[in-house]
Amino acid sequence: MVTKLPKVDVVTTGVGWTGGIVAAELTKAGYKVVGLERGEDRTIEDYLHGHDELKYNQRKELMQKLTKDTITWRNTMDQDAVPVRDEEAFVVGTGVGGGGAHWGAQTYRYFPYDFEIKSKTIERYGESKIPKDMLIQDWGLSYDEIEPYYSKFEQMAGVSGEEDPLAGPRSIPYPTPPMKKNRPMRLFHEAAEKLGYHPYVVPAGTVSEVYTNPDGETLNACQYCSFCGNYGCEYGAKADPVVTVVPTAKKTGNFELRTNCLVTRVLYDGDKATGVLYKDTRTGEEFEQPAEIVAMTSYVFNNIRLLLLSGIGEPYDPKTGKGIIGKNYVDHHTIMGATGFFDEKFNLYAGTGALGSAFTDYCADNFDHSDVDFIHGGQIEIHIMGNEPIANNPVPAGTPAFGKEFKEKSLHYSNRTLSVVSQRAFMPWKNHYLDLDPAYTDDNGDPLIRVTFDYTDQDCNLNEFLADKCAGVLKEMGAEIIDKHPMPEHFGGRFTFQHDSGGAIMGSSPENSAVNNYLQMWDVDNLFVCGASAFPHFGPTNPTPTTAALTYRATEGMIEYLKNGGGQLVKTGKETQNV
Amino acid sequence: MDQNFNNKKPDISADKEVVDTSRRKFLRNTGIATGGVVGGAVLGGLLANPFKSHEPATTMATEHPEPINYAESLTFFRRQKDFDALSAATEVIYPEDANGPGAIALGVPYFIDKQLASPWGSNADDYRKPPFKNGQTPLTRGDIFLQGVRKLNEISENEHEVLFKDLEEDKQFAVLERFMKGEVEMNLVISAEFFALLKSSTLAGCYADPLYGGNKDMAGWKMKEYPGSQMSYIDMIEADEFILIEPRSVGGHKH
Repeated sequence: MVTKLPKVDVVTTGVGWTGGIVAAELTKAGYKVVGLERGEDRTIEDYLHGHDELKYNQRKELMQKLTKDTITWRNTMDQDAVPVRDEEAFVVGTGVGGGGAHWGAQTYRYFPYDFEIKSKTIERYGESKIPKDMLIQDWGLSYDEIEPYYSKFEQMAGVSGEEDPLAGPRSIPYPTPPMKKNRPMRLFHEAAEKLGYHPYVVPAGTVSEVYTNPDGETLNACQYCSFCGNYGCEYGAKADPVVTVVPTAKKTGNFELRTNCLVTRVLYDGDKATGVLYKDTRTGEEFEQPAEIVAMTSYVFNNIRLLLLSGIGEPYDPKTGKGIIGKNYVDHHTIMGATGFFDEKFNLYAGTGALGSAFTDYCADNFDHSDVDFIHGGQIEIHIMGNEPIANNPVPAGTPAFGKEFKEKSLHYSNRTLSVVSQRAFMPWKNHYLDLDPAYTDDNGDPLIRVTFDYTDQDCNLNEFLADKCAGVLKEMGAEIIDKHPMPEHFGGRFTFQHDSGGAIMGSSPENSAVNNYLQMWDVDNLFVCGASAFPHFGPTNPTPTTAALTYRATEGMIEYLKNGGGQLVKTGKETQNV
Repeated sequence: MDQNFNNKKPDISADKEVVDTSRRKFLRNTGIATGGVVGGAVLGGLLANPFKSHEPATTMATEHPEPINYAESLTFFRRQKDFDALSAATEVIYPEDANGPGAIALGVPYFIDKQLASPWGSNADDYRKPPFKNGQTPLTRGDIFLQGVRKLNEISENEHEVLFKDLEEDKQFAVLERFMKGEVEMNLVISAEFFALLKSSTLAGCYADPLYGGNKDMAGWKMKEYPGSQMSYIDMIEADEFILIEPRSVGGHKH
């Protein structure tokens, strides 16, 4: 028995960053929005007793429990996938705020090269630079087109930063000054400059000073307390939907937030999405929520799973190359470099999820790739997030894994270890994709989403290249012992910080993409698939700012759609907007 | 400055152990601990001197003379032999040394016992639908621990005719190494998985907030010079020197 509810203008499937942004922008424009969130309601009061590593960092208090629902994964198409069973290996936020509650709040933009990766690569190096099964494509909008939306996100979130001299141009400066530099960052800057690189303090949503955003929401000054990534911020100093876009939406009077509501289907009549079907997770009661616009605002995995379960779009088939839903899935959980062991002691217990410095000399197309066997690159960075004692027991390679020597060395090096790592871009490949698992189901009997993903020569070559640079920086910083991180032969199924992309990618036409550059589905005019699911490849760094920027653009499209009484916002084949 | 903790308090819980043992013996001899009736004033007089002379006699008389830690009781394990093997194994992984207490003195075995009795021990938040394949185990963490510690005793008894707890330390180490390398035959789980769980749980017990029963007196944090649950580092984040901060527990914020 499904209860049919009155129609609203917009319904969102989840209330994290993307759902929150849709709610804020559409309600401000006078439209009625219902936000359906499978998890609990939250405020920063929930975080007051939160300085607890076991509960939050080890046991993932803020994350989706896997009891009812998880993903399965495998490396290659001839293998059986297995479910990720343990939360320790799978981080996806749940509850109001979603991933925006537990994120570390590093807020980079992608590079102009990212948005036109295919044409720019061919232009400089020729077609042969792109391996046969690498499915890179231009995103269907340029950096200049997305730039205003990056700025809009940064203004909303109060981002603290200084300009990366090698990044794309900015229309306005960061709204707040960069984070303070601690001693390891200062050593990194000195070393990087000596080596001829261009270090900068990374942009952070852990806000450096009290800041009131254009919507009138105030963020407090970050205290560098260290309980940041995997935790909620009790100060309201970390940009989180709960202290920004959600209250903005609420104060319009046009937003209705419904928690413990799990969307199980997007209802689709073959032409339009008529609404969603959802379930009260406590009672099992089912509801139909009709809407003019359905905004899919869940995480990548669930966005794609809902599309497939709802029979919307053509599922991607890697054998034929046909279909689009599930295509260009990319995982970005492999961040490696080198660890340096020092004589000097540092205050490593103090930091924020985003405290650190980096340089992008080897990122995007900032250097000549003629003589290397990979494209794109990575950002080399140091982060001091506040080393927690259960998770951080560093010992040099060759130390016994337990016992007296392990204890002695791990205590000695606890405050004497710095890692310099590279966050790298990951490319899409023909055989890496998402589909529905044939064997495993959730509590409703619906198939789980299945990941097929592995490392390629591109990844290994790039890692080797950058790990050497990381080690070089550590040497210059004065490390006594340097251990490079070896690249594992295969992806090992650890999805530990919510960096995935693709599956409903954007592009210039229905031939190469699921959504246009407003994240509007080509096939279904009133369905907007918001999230990193739209990225045709994974850029070098954390996905949130690009996800949020694309969603801000999508909200303009939604408003236009509602004003004009429907229609496609982008004419097929045209790369630029026509609104 | 950074070595101050260790110099001032070479071994916090070892000291405590000495006091506790002698106090327990004293109480037992005087009959107090077994319920002998002694007047408050007498008890105060008896106890004030040998222990903390600055404590007023009335305090000792109205409160229990030796606070029993009722939380140090078994909630998950049933057989003492199992718990003893667990305790000995945690101590091999994280032994007492010149830096300070080992896993047992830090309360790690009781910490693990409680964790196994919690939803985590029965994998209540995990995906549990079959089939379990490609090396995935159908066992819960509780199952794995029980089987693992019994296997520790079984190997020790078969090869050395003593329980694991009574084995020499180097032999204990060697047995655990075999588990770590996956060389020990176990049922429905590989021994490396038991070892990984044992090691991670031991470290969690050494360094989790003391509210969970391990990291007793925050001695794990003190050895690591980790300040625990502080509210702000904004005033020292730019410091050049290492700054040692007295640790604080989540519970410490109430006091």
